[in-house]
Amino acid sequence: MRCEESEVMLHALVDGELDAGHARDVEAHVAGCAGCAGKFAAFRTMHDVMSAAPLKEIAPAHLRSRIEALMAVPEGRIVSMRQFLRPTRRSFFGGLAMGSALSGALAASLVFAVMRGDQEQTIAEEVVSAHIRSLQAGHLMDVETSDRHTVKPWFNGRVDVAPPVIDLTAESFTLLGGRLDYVDGEPVAAIVYQRRKHVINLFVAQHLGAKHLRPNAKSIQGYNCRHWAQNGLDLWAVSDIVGDELDEFVQKIAGSLRQPPSTT
Amino acid sequence: MADDAVAEQERMRTFQAAALPHLDDVYTLARYLMRNTQDAEDAVQECYLRALRHFDSYRGPAMKPWLLAILRNVCNAEFARRSKEEVPTDYSQDESLAEEMPMWQEPQASPEKMIVRQQDTATIRRLVAELPEPFREAIVLREMNNLSYQEIAQVAGVPVGTVMSRLARARAMLRAAWNAAETVTTRPGSAVASGTTS
Repeated sequence: MRCEESEVMLHALVDGELDAGHARDVEAHVAGCAGCAGKFAAFRTMHDVMSAAPLKEIAPAHLRSRIEALMAVPEGRIVSMRQFLRPTRRSFFGGLAMGSALSGALAASLVFAVMRGDQEQTIAEEVVSAHIRSLQAGHLMDVETSDRHTVKPWFNGRVDVAPPVIDLTAESFTLLGGRLDYVDGEPVAAIVYQRRKHVINLFVAQHLGAKHLRPNAKSIQGYNCRHWAQNGLDLWAVSDIVGDELDEFVQKIAGSLRQPPSTT
Repeated sequence: MADDAVAEQERMRTFQAAALPHLDDVYTLARYLMRNTQDAEDAVQECYLRALRHFDSYRGPAMKPWLLAILRNVCNAEFARRSKEEVPTDYSQDESLAEEMPMWQEPQASPEKMIVRQQDTATIRRLVAELPEPFREAIVLREMNNLSYQEIAQVAGVPVGTVMSRLARARAMLRAAWNAAETVTTRPGSAVASGTTS
């Protein structure tokens, strides 16, 4: 092997890209050529130093959220459907006027079914976005305490519901605090719990999506959601914990809501 | 409609699971190709948009080189658009050594001086960022994105032989700048020769 050849091939040797035969050839040349041996050693060291250095960049959090948001919004037909339906009632009636071929009742029931599912999905996505936002530094809590008697009164005058704030520490869901959030343009109470390292946001409002009497499970962008209606409230639990544990959480909350209001 | 929505969500989930783990790799290449953070972020976003659009027709290669190839096209399209505009680089903002450094010069040193000195991560990044294309791209794909020669060839759209000669050239330039950087910054304590001589 000549030096010109070896000068290119020794990089492939450094990078582990040569088959055994070629590797032997290059090694044989390097063993007998001081110039190529020096280069080989230098490039191997450089490669080792670069491999060991943390050279890969970490995408900043705001970029990651932007990319995640891209994936949360379906493209094409469904987007246009949603854009059409988004200012819900106005376009709903517009849609009725156009759909004269269908009987009014049939059109209404069809569009309504679509719209409800669509609205529910939109709200689910907003709830998940609110959850993700809350995980960014400093956004998690407005009132930070594990004392439910501090969290509950804090919401007075801030939202139009008295959200249930329940101490589940005994069930290993730790109450972290509360936060005022906005979903679907309305102020919403967010009560923050934690299990191990996982944050659970419980969003509570009077009207927040379709009325599900039994918890409705969704998974959006890898986050688990449970939505149900109880005691005249809409409740959304969102977390990255596994579905079973979120179900357990929902059961505990729903269970304590079923109890007569405590005197404390 | 409901079925469509479910299928669409399923498609999103599949795409996310396949593409999101490579975000740091895509961002890393974008940083070195675009040379400033803002442009890099825009390129990454455009890359993921295009990937999402073409995901249905994606049949391979591996996801990482596929994404990196898209990113590379996005960046090249952007450069073509700007044609001769000056692109700011924020890698070498802190140190203005670029001009003082003889980048291309093959080391005239004798073989026994061909050592590789210890360099910190920031310096290595700057030195790589200052390499001219297509050598910068080749070294980033190899050393930072950890692609094989075959994958680099796919991303760059050149034969494997070209990848090999580009890498050889890139490393030769990098080594010259590397050792020059040490002499310019003169940090006696860190001048550790970790290479061997022959």
